[in-house]
Amino acid sequence: MTVTPTMSVEESFATPSAYPHLRQQLLVLYLGTSALDSEVIGWTRYDGTGRSRPTMGDSDEPPYATGLGALLDGWRLLQMSQLVAHPRGEEHDVGYLPYEYLFERLVDVSTG
Amino acid sequence: MTALVDRKYLMTSVEMAHFISHGSFALEGVVPDDLNRRAEAVLDAGIEGHPYGTPVDVVFPVGSFVRELLDLPAVAGAVQSLVGPNPVIDHHAVHIRPPRGGEAQNLHADAIIDTRTDAFDVQLMYYPREVTLEQGGTLSVPGTHLRRINQTGIGRCQNLAGQTRLTCPAGTVVLLHHGIWHGGRRNDSDRPRYMFKIRFNPTVRQLRLWNTDDIDSPEVLRKLTTSFGWTDANEGRLELVNRAKLWRVVTGDQGFDIDYYLTRETLRPQFVDPGATDGRLGASRRASGWGS
Repeated sequence: MTVTPTMSVEESFATPSAYPHLRQQLLVLYLGTSALDSEVIGWTRYDGTGRSRPTMGDSDEPPYATGLGALLDGWRLLQMSQLVAHPRGEEHDVGYLPYEYLFERLVDVSTG
Repeated sequence: MTALVDRKYLMTSVEMAHFISHGSFALEGVVPDDLNRRAEAVLDAGIEGHPYGTPVDVVFPVGSFVRELLDLPAVAGAVQSLVGPNPVIDHHAVHIRPPRGGEAQNLHADAIIDTRTDAFDVQLMYYPREVTLEQGGTLSVPGTHLRRINQTGIGRCQNLAGQTRLTCPAGTVVLLHHGIWHGGRRNDSDRPRYMFKIRFNPTVRQLRLWNTDDIDSPEVLRKLTTSFGWTDANEGRLELVNRAKLWRVVTGDQGFDIDYYLTRETLRPQFVDPGATDGRLGASRRASGWGS
């Protein structure tokens, strides 16, 4: 079935959210291995409520000891990094941290 | 910088091993107070830039403030230990963070991906004033210098286990490997924060440039195998391999290894044991697929 557009892209994307009181908070965890229950070695937060502004170097202790800890506290896992094969000849090369997990939770900004 | 430094001011092997594992070497409070007091006016006035790769003598002639800084025996000794005598100036920059000013930088490494595995640049950071936590000194992540990343490609990573926020007394000089992950933090104090950075390029092979008298000290291996929190899990052993490779570069010892990782992968004997001989092998009919 072909649907004929009735709005411009700008008009359609200006449609009010069905959940105008909800905002995303994001948590990025870098884990020691690809196992979700392995230890957190790096962490990042983004606050869609605008109530706080997490930045580089804002804490020395991770919010959770493991990735599983975030699940147990109610965070929803959105994405985990793929396991990428090591190119032959570059097996020892290191770069970006490989085990990245992206979590979200939705926060009600109409209260508090 | 044109004269060789007295050997007693060069870094030791243990200190060099520290640099190889951490990616940094700090000389706390090494600059005398009279220089530190003069520094702010000099940095406020700005320091003239030069083309990349200009000799130290041209950029910072004898008699200039920065040359005085670089000729301090401990500073000259450390620079010579890392990049050799007569390095050239890649570039330099004055960083002044106003009181209550600035945003924290995202984590990054300077310049772009650096493909060198057999040489490195060194960045000197000079702090003429005491840096407190409140002043938001440079955050760096020890041990990250061997991980090849492009600029702020790691900006999504705000915190790593083992990261350090620099706090130091006035007159501190820190020497960093060019690849270290770092970022300037917001200054939440009522005083401006001063930092002067110089990037040095070597002009000689970076081979045994330090005082190697203590090369056999057990502390060398302990330094080389330092763990930093973020290296505690799966990434740690690869870090050891890359440190061993760099230690081979700076010592010229191609047999050096940590935990047998580099040696093990060379174990590919070619001698065929006589007991393995069997004339039937290789003489049989070539398989020709289904139905043969």
